[in-house]
Amino acid sequence: MLLIKNGRVLDPATGEDSTQDVLLAGDRIEKIAAGISAPDAEVFDAKGLIVAPGFIDLHCHLREPGQEMSETIETGTRSAARGGFTAVCCMPNTQPVNDNASITRGIVERALKVGGVRVWPIGAASVGSKGEALAEIAAMKNAGIVAVSDDGKPVATARLMRQVMDYCSTLDLPVIDHCEDPSLFAGGVMREGPRSVRLGLKGIPAQSESICAGRDVELAGLTRARLHIAHMSTTGALEYVRYAKKNGLKVTCEVTPHHFTLTDEDVKYDTNYKMNPPLASGADRDALIAGLVDGTVDAIATDHAPHHPASKDVEFDRAPFGITGFETALALGLTELVHTGKMKLMRLVELFTTGPARVLGMERKIATGQVADLTIFSAKQQWTYHVADSPSKSRNTPFDGRAFSGVAAATIVAGRIIGKQ
Amino acid sequence: MLQRLEHLLGTEDLTREQISFILDQAAPFQEFQKHPLKKLATLRGKTVALAFFENSTRTRISFATAAARLGADTMNLQAESSSVKKGESLLDTIRTLEAMRPDGLVIRHSSSGASQLIADRLGMPVVNAGDGTHEHPTQALLDALTIRDRQGKLDGLNLTILGDILHSRVARSNIFLLSKFGARITLCGPSMWVPRELESLAPNVRRVSRIEDALAGADAIIVLRVQTERLHEPAIAAEEYILGYQLTQSRLKLANPEALVLHPGPMIRGLEIDPAVADGPQSCVLDQVTNGLAIRMALLYHLVGGAAVETPAPKDQKKDSPKD
Repeated sequence: MLLIKNGRVLDPATGEDSTQDVLLAGDRIEKIAAGISAPDAEVFDAKGLIVAPGFIDLHCHLREPGQEMSETIETGTRSAARGGFTAVCCMPNTQPVNDNASITRGIVERALKVGGVRVWPIGAASVGSKGEALAEIAAMKNAGIVAVSDDGKPVATARLMRQVMDYCSTLDLPVIDHCEDPSLFAGGVMREGPRSVRLGLKGIPAQSESICAGRDVELAGLTRARLHIAHMSTTGALEYVRYAKKNGLKVTCEVTPHHFTLTDEDVKYDTNYKMNPPLASGADRDALIAGLVDGTVDAIATDHAPHHPASKDVEFDRAPFGITGFETALALGLTELVHTGKMKLMRLVELFTTGPARVLGMERKIATGQVADLTIFSAKQQWTYHVADSPSKSRNTPFDGRAFSGVAAATIVAGRIIGKQ
Repeated sequence: MLQRLEHLLGTEDLTREQISFILDQAAPFQEFQKHPLKKLATLRGKTVALAFFENSTRTRISFATAAARLGADTMNLQAESSSVKKGESLLDTIRTLEAMRPDGLVIRHSSSGASQLIADRLGMPVVNAGDGTHEHPTQALLDALTIRDRQGKLDGLNLTILGDILHSRVARSNIFLLSKFGARITLCGPSMWVPRELESLAPNVRRVSRIEDALAGADAIIVLRVQTERLHEPAIAAEEYILGYQLTQSRLKLANPEALVLHPGPMIRGLEIDPAVADGPQSCVLDQVTNGLAIRMALLYHLVGGAAVETPAPKDQKKDSPKD
């Protein structure tokens, strides 16, 4: 038994926002009330802290199997726990690609063995994510996938996307798309704009993303499938999602912390500023924040993409895309969105909890009988991020040395504290 | 205050004073090129590493000759003969060169920012001899020297640049440099090579679609090479380019009568430039090559000469604060 004393319980599912004690028994929530007495329970003093439903990250790369030099399920989930995440969804672009049930089972079993954060795999939409034939989606669903995606690239053609959507709607699985038009992307390395022109780096127009998002929204209308747009970075794509929601389509989307924090004007010849989608213009960044605030955006997702230092310590145009993100996501949300007065704390918590849960068709709530997955955090503690202390195997972040207000204090999965600061 | 240069990575971050200083330092080296015996002992015992990861003939020979005429030895690395092809990273290749203890490094590389990456890691002066589509600062300096010599001043120039501006490191370095001297810069070329974002590079930069309008009132014209081998991009037919943008004699008449014609080379006669213009009295093409030697000698003297070289501070300005 674990008794969380005097925390400010904040639950977007019920609108609850008051100081309470929360008693956990086994892997369930036993009781929520003021002044609970449980002499046998271990006590966690949450005075001054916020007790929220467990955070879910819809988008990360754990690199296992196949790229263990950059990350493993063990190191990645330890990093996730430190950031306050109780569950993470890992993308299938491992080596080999997670496009069949045996790989899915391997990931699930490995995650159970290293204990801690729940790992919910996302299966490939097509065999090898090659964009040709459908992967074994139903078998993967039985093995534990929560969605499908060919992340890293878009589902190759409109025809294949239609098939994937049709098939996944019968399986009631969301289809997550990395929206990009490869012919417009054409070897670009950052967002096309004044900064790319100044640096002489090949630009990727914003329309590379929005054209593909438009295609997908049209197909969601055709198939009535659940579509989720990954790491959205442009006003154009956001407008397609607004249109879809207005028309009752089952379309959701996520935004990463780096896309609501940085812009293309921050890009320098430092490969920690190279990610895909690339950092957006200031106007797009502001539109994304507006979407996060007004409910168009459903979730904040990290797109934690570890890369071994040797692969990032190269010329900008040769480096792989992506940065790590678990440990800075909550702090960026608090510092950039809440403390700036742009967003209510409750809404931020929603974007990390009930928002992503809804995308996956799950419930997430602090109530008696519910699974005891909780994230306890300080909304105001001052700290500085030092990537050298990260449990991740990789160091590719632009936020090393950045000062933040607010940090995860404890990550509780199935009634057990797995990460504590 | 005249900041002593540690590296020369681009013209964007140079001050007007630093640029004038380099041009002034180059003047004696211009004279020197006319001597019958072209060898100084200034950099005797020093070694300059020339790391060319991209094909180059004229720039490499120019740097090698500049080093030789200052008495320095050179170490040559060319992409073809290097371990780059075997998969070695740029930093490892450069560290190998560094272990042979050169006193300065000149780098050309196809990646924008490559010279910055190297300069951040090495404890020696780095000269950018062209990085991707970013900057080519020695070219802009030699262009400025050429213009200043011919016109007697560099200030308030009406400059027109013709061609593929987007992919041109020469154009960027020239725009950054000349705008510090109040140049009004007109860019002209097929519009996919002249995006509107270029106007944000410096004050007083504008785009003009018709070459006739772009040339009107120009004091100097930089004609860029048309690179037919542009990766990832649909080509434009040579005939179309000639029709719209070739600098012909009749078009040149629209510019100021004394307007200078510059070309960074290699030049494709009959494509971007009419041979009669290339060989005409307004052409500075061969002066540019000779001035390139003078600029590169001045830079190597300044950067590689290191502590032995006294940096004169302008009279009316404060002395440099010590750097560590």
